[in-house]
Amino acid sequence: MNETLPRKVKLPRLSSRGDGIFRTVIIGLSLIIALTFVLSIVLLGQQSWPAIQEFGLGFLTTNVWNPVTSEYGALSLVMGTLLTSFLALLISVPLAIASALFVAEYAPKWLANPVGYLVELLAAVPSVVYGLWALFALKPLFQQVQLWLYTSNPDLTGHCIELFNSNKTSLPCFFMPQVPTGLGFLLAVTILAIMILPFTASVARDVIRLVPADQREAMYALGATKWEVISLAILPYARAGIMGGVILALGRALGETLAVAMVIGNTPEIIKSIWSPTATMASMIANQFGDAREGLQRASVVGLGLTLFFVSVFVNLIARSIILRMTPKGL
Amino acid sequence: MAVSHLTPQLTRGGLSRGRKSKNALMGVMIGLGTALVVAPLILIFGFLLIKGVGALNLDFFLKNPAPEGEAGGGWANAITGSLLILAMAAVLGVVVGVAGGIFLAEFPRHRLMPTIRMLSDVLSGIPAIVMGLVVYALVVKPMGHFSAMAGGIALGLLMVPIVVRTTEEVLKLVPLSVREAGLALGLPQWKVILSIVLPAASGGIITGLMLALARVAGEAAPLLFTAFGSNLVNLNPLQPTSALPLQIYIGATSAYDENQRLAQAGALLLITLIFVTSLLARFANRPRR
Amino acid sequence: MKKLLTLGLGLVTLTAAAASAETITGAGSSFVYPLYTKMFAEYKKTNNTDVNYQSVGSGAGQQQIIARTVDFGASDNPMSDETMKTAPGKLLHIPTAIGAVVASYNVPGVTTQLQFTGPLLADIYLGKVKLWNDPAIKKLNPDVTLPALPITVARRSDGSGTTAVFTDYLSKISTEWKTKVGSANSVQWPVGVGGKGNDGVAGIVKSTPGSIGYVELTYAKQNKLLFGSVQNHAGKFIVPDNGPAALAAQGVVIPADTRVSITNSANAGAYPISSFTYVIFYQDQKYGNRTQAQAKEFKNLLNWMVGAGQQYNEPLDYAKLPANVVNKAKTILNSVTYGGAKL
Repeated sequence: MNETLPRKVKLPRLSSRGDGIFRTVIIGLSLIIALTFVLSIVLLGQQSWPAIQEFGLGFLTTNVWNPVTSEYGALSLVMGTLLTSFLALLISVPLAIASALFVAEYAPKWLANPVGYLVELLAAVPSVVYGLWALFALKPLFQQVQLWLYTSNPDLTGHCIELFNSNKTSLPCFFMPQVPTGLGFLLAVTILAIMILPFTASVARDVIRLVPADQREAMYALGATKWEVISLAILPYARAGIMGGVILALGRALGETLAVAMVIGNTPEIIKSIWSPTATMASMIANQFGDAREGLQRASVVGLGLTLFFVSVFVNLIARSIILRMTPKGL
Repeated sequence: MAVSHLTPQLTRGGLSRGRKSKNALMGVMIGLGTALVVAPLILIFGFLLIKGVGALNLDFFLKNPAPEGEAGGGWANAITGSLLILAMAAVLGVVVGVAGGIFLAEFPRHRLMPTIRMLSDVLSGIPAIVMGLVVYALVVKPMGHFSAMAGGIALGLLMVPIVVRTTEEVLKLVPLSVREAGLALGLPQWKVILSIVLPAASGGIITGLMLALARVAGEAAPLLFTAFGSNLVNLNPLQPTSALPLQIYIGATSAYDENQRLAQAGALLLITLIFVTSLLARFANRPRR
Repeated sequence: MKKLLTLGLGLVTLTAAAASAETITGAGSSFVYPLYTKMFAEYKKTNNTDVNYQSVGSGAGQQQIIARTVDFGASDNPMSDETMKTAPGKLLHIPTAIGAVVASYNVPGVTTQLQFTGPLLADIYLGKVKLWNDPAIKKLNPDVTLPALPITVARRSDGSGTTAVFTDYLSKISTEWKTKVGSANSVQWPVGVGGKGNDGVAGIVKSTPGSIGYVELTYAKQNKLLFGSVQNHAGKFIVPDNGPAALAAQGVVIPADTRVSITNSANAGAYPISSFTYVIFYQDQKYGNRTQAQAKEFKNLLNWMVGAGQQYNEPLDYAKLPANVVNKAKTILNSVTYGGAKL
């Protein structure tokens, strides 16, 4: 938003030794940022090198995690990460946009401000606290539903468990619980959706507020209802910005660790039902880095970290380019 | 529905009933959606308040965890550990973050500027657990010891991009005329920045710092392989140390009622501290917004 | 800004100065965590030495001592020769207790002790026995009314000595298990849901109707979980307890380095899923920036753990070390050096 400020006028420089030192110190310290980035790639790459050498790209496309035979393929974890993240986005985006519209378009000021603060506080709740709440408050509810599904259709349950154990599933079984612990894919998705809500919501709110008033007024002048103004004038205008927020939220979801690790059931398997215990790349790192044996296992776990690193860099660059592209238009 | 097309289309200002009801329906949906968004926050805080407040007694603050399976004990180890780790994180976050912000705001034509800004943005998106892996390789392995310092470095590095961004933004809000006035007085640039521009922006920078601290204060994932945890109060930066979020993770996944009870109390304490910090930071900075 | 900076720096230097005696840091086995927290709390009272023990799993205990990030690792299964080779120095094991891994369960309507056999446990963990009223379970427990509830298998998600002991036992009992799954700190499980630590598995069993999980006896007792008796090598159904766990070590030849598996013991009174739990450390204590005083302090602690510290084993449902094993442990401790010189 500062792009429009006049660039600093070229001033006659009073060359001072202090300036030189100051400049060097500031640039030196700023280079720590670049150094962190480079070191991250070097250190993660170095530690995961044995796994990269052994498995290559196949690491991401094979589904095995067997410390006994030293075979590691992260497909189930990649799937776990992608499925939980995208499903969480699918749930949270409409809600986030709704809350943004409410704050920006509907609510009177006395209500809009507190709601805005609440959404910001939601972003400040630590991952472990979400995890704790999910374990103690949501898990029992999920478990009740699972037990009900489990016991009310004994034939289907038996049939599905048969299928699950031979690593298969079917459409009705996809909605039957695998194990009635309450833990699993759906609980992880639910808590992730709640966690990433505020990120989309606050970006969406900011871009909706940037939509010029003439846009709205022109629509109203044509006799449009409020919803028509929103759906035809505001949302199309703010679309790119909201997309930027959605992608930022995606980045959060992909790397979210402990809340997910606490509720997902920690099983490196591709889901066979929406209730299945599964695992994500991040939850696997949390669970296995500490005890991974030196060599292939450790290298594979760090390989997950390296993958996450590149994915998050990629996602961030996309979000950045979208936000940069729409900024001049918004102002 | 069958009746609707019989009623005159032009009742009020030309609005058809279909359009009107759709408008109303979407309004209700948006209201409901918003309620769903804020509900978890209220539910979480309410849950922790009910479950946790009972265990927040003096023992909680003064005692270390009791041997597994025994009642009593507190989280003095985690509270002091969090303070120690955060103090170190803050030093790193302030020094590098503010310097980075000054660089981006005050040297906009430097050829490294776009790279640093991009990397800082990108680093803000790196998952915290990955930062834990990096710091393990960078600090823990060479030092041969898990340590509070390693945890502080991990959290500090997570703070840096947040501090960089807010510092840059508030520095740019300081009018150019202020800098020109300083330079016109014959002050060198460094002095203008340090003694005129920075103080003028200090409110905003401190807000940014507080928000960054609040954000990393709740991070447990990067501490798993760096600060590691301890059952004892530890003030030595070179020794393993516990922290509130770490202890919450351990307690919440424990089977022992006592550990769960303490975890709920710890979560209440942590979330309250974070909320108070965030709100203070926001309100202190309010006139600027 | 400057004030904040100096404040921060001041805090760091202040705390660095305040840090006095070094603490001993250990990590590993969750199996033995209740015992060690008790032992170390008591040791602190008499010797004023701080010991920080973190229950991160035996697998992590082994890896962290190899990486030399802790002063000792704790594991319920001894390291293999192959693993020991990856360490930068010679590692020693000493046992500190014997524990029993129990099959704990949560079955609605069942309030009595169930009977299991090794093959049955293997079939349950292979996913072949799926319901609690399976004929295989009924046959062993004719007097119990078992529900038609599916069995939820709970197991570890982290590298675990308890897992190593349990899978070691199953591999000895079932060839199918041995070929399909094998035994290690962490394995690729055919079925089930993972929990972190003994604590995590106990938590799943506690809260999940129809679940079964393997945990150390203390965790089952302290969390009031039911657990079954298991048929031993001699064909008797043995209720896990200190006595039967101790018997598992009797008649087994204990090698000089004490690294041995005592599962499926031939002793007629033995509980079959029993194991020593070990402290693992370097023979030469001079590495990193350890001082001789620290090394002495550490050796004293270990001597106490196999000596006077044994009094805390039985109250917490771990068996004491047999006298011959204590002697072997003391011999091993005597071989500890500092920079090549005897301590």
